[in-house]
Amino acid sequence: MPELVLQLTRAGFLALLWLFVLFALRVVRSDLYAASGLRAILPGGSRAAKRSGRGRTARQLLVTQGPLAGSRITLDSRPILIGRADDSTLKLDDDYASTRHARIAPQGEDWYVEDLGSTNGTYLDRAKVTGPTRVPLGVPVRIGKTVIELRS
Amino acid sequence: MAAPPQAPGRAPAPPLPTGRGIELLLLAFAAVIVTGALVIVEANQEQEVTTTLLWLGLAYLGLFAVAHLAVRRWAPYADPLILPSVALLNGLGLVMIHRLDLANADRASLLGNAPPSSLVLRQVAWTAIGLALFMLVLWRVRDHRTLARFGYTAGFAGIILLALPGLLPASISQVNGAKLWIRIGGIGIQPGEFAKLLLIVFFATFLVQKRELFTTAGRRFLGMEFPRARDLAPLIVAWGLSVGVLVFESDLGTSLLFFGILLVLLYVATERISWMVIGLVFFVGGAVLAYNLFGHVRVRVQVWLDPFSDFNGNGYQIGQALFGLGTGGVGGTGLGAGRPDLVPFAESDFMWSSLGEELGLIGLASILVIYLVLITRGLRSALAVRDSFGKLLATGLSYAVALQIFVVIGGVTKLIPLTGLTLPFLSYGGSSLVANYALVALLLRISNAARAPLPQRPSVPQAPLAQAATELVQRPAAADEARGAQA
Repeated sequence: MPELVLQLTRAGFLALLWLFVLFALRVVRSDLYAASGLRAILPGGSRAAKRSGRGRTARQLLVTQGPLAGSRITLDSRPILIGRADDSTLKLDDDYASTRHARIAPQGEDWYVEDLGSTNGTYLDRAKVTGPTRVPLGVPVRIGKTVIELRS
Repeated sequence: MAAPPQAPGRAPAPPLPTGRGIELLLLAFAAVIVTGALVIVEANQEQEVTTTLLWLGLAYLGLFAVAHLAVRRWAPYADPLILPSVALLNGLGLVMIHRLDLANADRASLLGNAPPSSLVLRQVAWTAIGLALFMLVLWRVRDHRTLARFGYTAGFAGIILLALPGLLPASISQVNGAKLWIRIGGIGIQPGEFAKLLLIVFFATFLVQKRELFTTAGRRFLGMEFPRARDLAPLIVAWGLSVGVLVFESDLGTSLLFFGILLVLLYVATERISWMVIGLVFFVGGAVLAYNLFGHVRVRVQVWLDPFSDFNGNGYQIGQALFGLGTGGVGGTGLGAGRPDLVPFAESDFMWSSLGEELGLIGLASILVIYLVLITRGLRSALAVRDSFGKLLATGLSYAVALQIFVVIGGVTKLIPLTGLTLPFLSYGGSSLVANYALVALLLRISNAARAPLPQRPSVPQAPLAQAATELVQRPAAADEARGAQA
């Protein structure tokens, strides 16, 4: 067997092994959130969400976790108030939520989330919301035990 | 699948991805890699490269496709990475055993001896038996929690299996100094490999039932809660069992494995670091005792400390293995182009150095990552599953694989003294392969329970009792009349 072919098959085989490993690790990454009960973010799925998010506006607010999971609020141009207060748009029964916890308000095409000085904070995906922050479509906003998302 | 009725305003949950497609894709990928490996071996060993190799690759894919269908049928939500990792490891092992077969036949013909019997055919048969057991376990064990009912039976059977070779006469049970076998006819099995599974089931059952016992507060010392002395009994029993295996069966590896598994399960069940400390003290005590009492342990330690001082004697095997790893270097010599057969037992205990010589550090690292994927997926199932028996069982099974890999690879690379264990799925050895397939089937069963969707909750939320409005209920007219009649 010629030396060159030997070297090529040797390197090629090692590359193939690592390709398998990388593919496996990609699958591991794609369902990192499955066991914690969060929605699995599949590599293909997030891309699809991004694609559909471009040029589309949010039409609905969907509660994905917490006691109210499954509720939807159809969005118009009015801001959404979230908290334990009775006059909130989304009224939470949650010891971890403040009376006036957060506000999600439109500005032009986009929606912005703003923490209203809550005790336990509001989180956009993993980051704590300090000032008004733009909420992209499909990104989870955490308030106490409740998780909401904007959907088109 | 019929959609459950939805209350108005409630979004239907998106169907959970089962991952079966990914599993099949990865299995096909593994088949490509294994067929590639086989072709490279044949080419480098100057054998004829024919389409037969392609058929062998397809047969391998077919075998695992059957297992895949069994998973699809009986554990549809099981983890998609476990089976392909196992398939790839097993396939690489088969190719490597075949490669060593070729080398041994070559040497035999050079020396003018009759060619030795082919090990790879036996290993293929064991793979088929292993996959059959895999499917049987998936089929019969529909819910891993039913195993908890047989916990004590499993423990009893496990101890008997473990003790059996030690009690049998050496002519049946002894191979190369270790009394681990039951050999009847030409076929030998190591009951210890199956005892491993049974005892993990038993430990998990026992610890779930008696968890409180082990968390009872004892004396506080060095910032740790130590258990009361009388609660140490199970640990002492396990320690005695391990030492017994060492004394009667002269097997360092199995002894270490059992003690390690119990210790980790105890730690996982109680979350007390003090158990680890006590266990390590016991371990050190046992190790010192074994070193002073048993000659074979002392030889192992001496070989570990300096294999080259007695290179032509006891240190030959590990010395050659180290030379093999050194020859392989970073990139390896290429499959079929090295001389891994120079190491005695290259196909079983020293599979790692054989692979290291021909695949190099890069290849070894990839295999290690595949093992890691297998172990982390098992531990992940343990985290995600919703019952404590399942958690402990999955932890024990994954940890058994992890510890076994550590002990074997550590021994071959001279990190720790050498023990006679096999690399799961890679090494030649029927019992180990078959038992590990049963282990993987249990892991898939638990991961299926962890990943399957929850049963649908009632879609109309009930108000908490404190907030439920008081309802005015009309008293039944008949009761009213009856009371009126009484009064």
